[in-house]
Amino acid sequence: MDASTPVGLTVHEARSLLDSREVSSEELTRAALDRIGHLEERVRAFVTVTPELAISQAREADRRIAAGDSAPLTGVPMQLKDNMATRGVATTCSSRMLEGFVPPYDATVTRRLYDQAAVLVGKGNLDEFAMGSSTENSAFFPTRNPWDLDRVPGGSSGGPAAAVAASECLYSLGSDTGGSIRQPASLCGVVGLKPTYGLVSRYGLVAFASSLDQIGPITKDVADCALVLNAIAGHDPKDSTSLSVNPPNYTESLGKDLRGLRIGVPTEYFVDGMDPEVERSTRASIALLERLGAEVEETSLPHTSYALAVYYILAPSECSANLARYDGVKYGFSDQDADSMWDALERTRAQGFGPEVKRRVMLGTYALSAGYYDAFYLKAQQVRTIIRKEFQTAFERFDAIVSATSPTTAFRLGEKTADPVQMYLSDVLTLPANIAGIPGISVPSGLSKDGLPIGFQILTAALGEQTMFRIAHAFEQASDWNGQTPQL
Amino acid sequence: MTRITSDEIRHLALLCRIAMSDDEVDVMREQMSNILDNIDVLNRVDTGEVEPTGHSVDLVSVMREDEARDSVEIEEMLANAPNRDGDFIRVKAVLE
Repeated sequence: MDASTPVGLTVHEARSLLDSREVSSEELTRAALDRIGHLEERVRAFVTVTPELAISQAREADRRIAAGDSAPLTGVPMQLKDNMATRGVATTCSSRMLEGFVPPYDATVTRRLYDQAAVLVGKGNLDEFAMGSSTENSAFFPTRNPWDLDRVPGGSSGGPAAAVAASECLYSLGSDTGGSIRQPASLCGVVGLKPTYGLVSRYGLVAFASSLDQIGPITKDVADCALVLNAIAGHDPKDSTSLSVNPPNYTESLGKDLRGLRIGVPTEYFVDGMDPEVERSTRASIALLERLGAEVEETSLPHTSYALAVYYILAPSECSANLARYDGVKYGFSDQDADSMWDALERTRAQGFGPEVKRRVMLGTYALSAGYYDAFYLKAQQVRTIIRKEFQTAFERFDAIVSATSPTTAFRLGEKTADPVQMYLSDVLTLPANIAGIPGISVPSGLSKDGLPIGFQILTAALGEQTMFRIAHAFEQASDWNGQTPQL
Repeated sequence: MTRITSDEIRHLALLCRIAMSDDEVDVMREQMSNILDNIDVLNRVDTGEVEPTGHSVDLVSVMREDEARDSVEIEEMLANAPNRDGDFIRVKAVLE
């Protein structure tokens, strides 16, 4: 932890100080707001900072704590990625299209955190509509990696990952459609979890690709990740894809050993072009799991190399349908100078959407159009079935599958913006989990020679989060990462 | 490399309702062609009679009782409207 500020605490450390009244939520919140004020000029992890709301929520939290009525997240300052609806607080998706949009309702995740008297300090920057891998597609400004301000934080949840790494808040929520929680967590040296599809409600999450999108925690350590998932997981009648399950208490999976667990290492996840330092760190992490008592075995997931193509048909197709709603009529950006309705619609969307969003809407429309539907969309859905079954078969033999999270460490700003395909390759190790609907977590595993974080990914079968937490926590406790933080 | 023509891009842009300049059409044509070339690898997979997967969880239609519930207040809902006229939203002429 960063001892120079109480915002450097983990959630579980802050909890004991708050409950013993050694620090108040208002003090902790003011420390977070001070740190945001001090660092934001350089890091730029926030689209909106909410000081007045945060102080009033902190005072309410202090009253609850004084009454002996605190929950695990009561009074703890957090951020939400700016694609989650917050009533009365602008929710922009880092898009001109939603600049100034103030939702009339809260997302279910927002509501669940507020029910614990959590404190919202602001909204995190992202690639516009969560489409991207570097946060450079934000229509407002790029976020910088706290470990090296000339480098990207990853994306699309780059604001959340950078804010947590820089200790501008104690935790954040990201969303992950193809790796958008895990890849930035890896690049920023924090923990990021994409839960099983359907475990966390998507109500109030601005839709990108509905069959792939999932909200999850970005935290400083694995124990915090379990606490935050406890708060947000569970059935929601407002989301028709929400699973009817009663989630367990995930903190009960912490502090266990790995004896008897079988872990698979798919050879296909050591991809061409992988940074040798990332490969070395990943192999060392696998050896550590073995020393901790797990049975490790190489395996093969032969259709892995097709996941990227499947993703770049399915995600744009779903996005082209979801983003049809931005018409400049009911809310959001609107070109009022046009002569006719059609003209207004085309001009609104031309000015409101950035280049990557337009590219994906166009690509999706192409894949879904007459004459191409079978060759692209249907074919991708069939390969999706094959990839999903391949994982199911693997999980009959293994309790978990492990790999690097990202083939490289954080790249420089501008390095990949000219070539969309190069940018897409950043997610090659994370997007198979979205296609299959299974959970995945990224845990820091070390630093490169240049001082850049490397992340280790653990995948399990659907609803295997307990096993995932067991492995992630044992790994974290035994690794020599020790909660390192960037010098800022 | 340019497997999509400029006319196809213009037609797609019309379907997407996104106004596009000639320069934007050129860039889009090149980038989409490049992306589609990378997507072609799927043709190497024998999918035969494989069922398509739309969602990773097996979903059926979720129903609920049809009952009256409180909704968002009109004022709060209309606060985001770009062009408001009383309790209505004003739009450009649909028929010319």
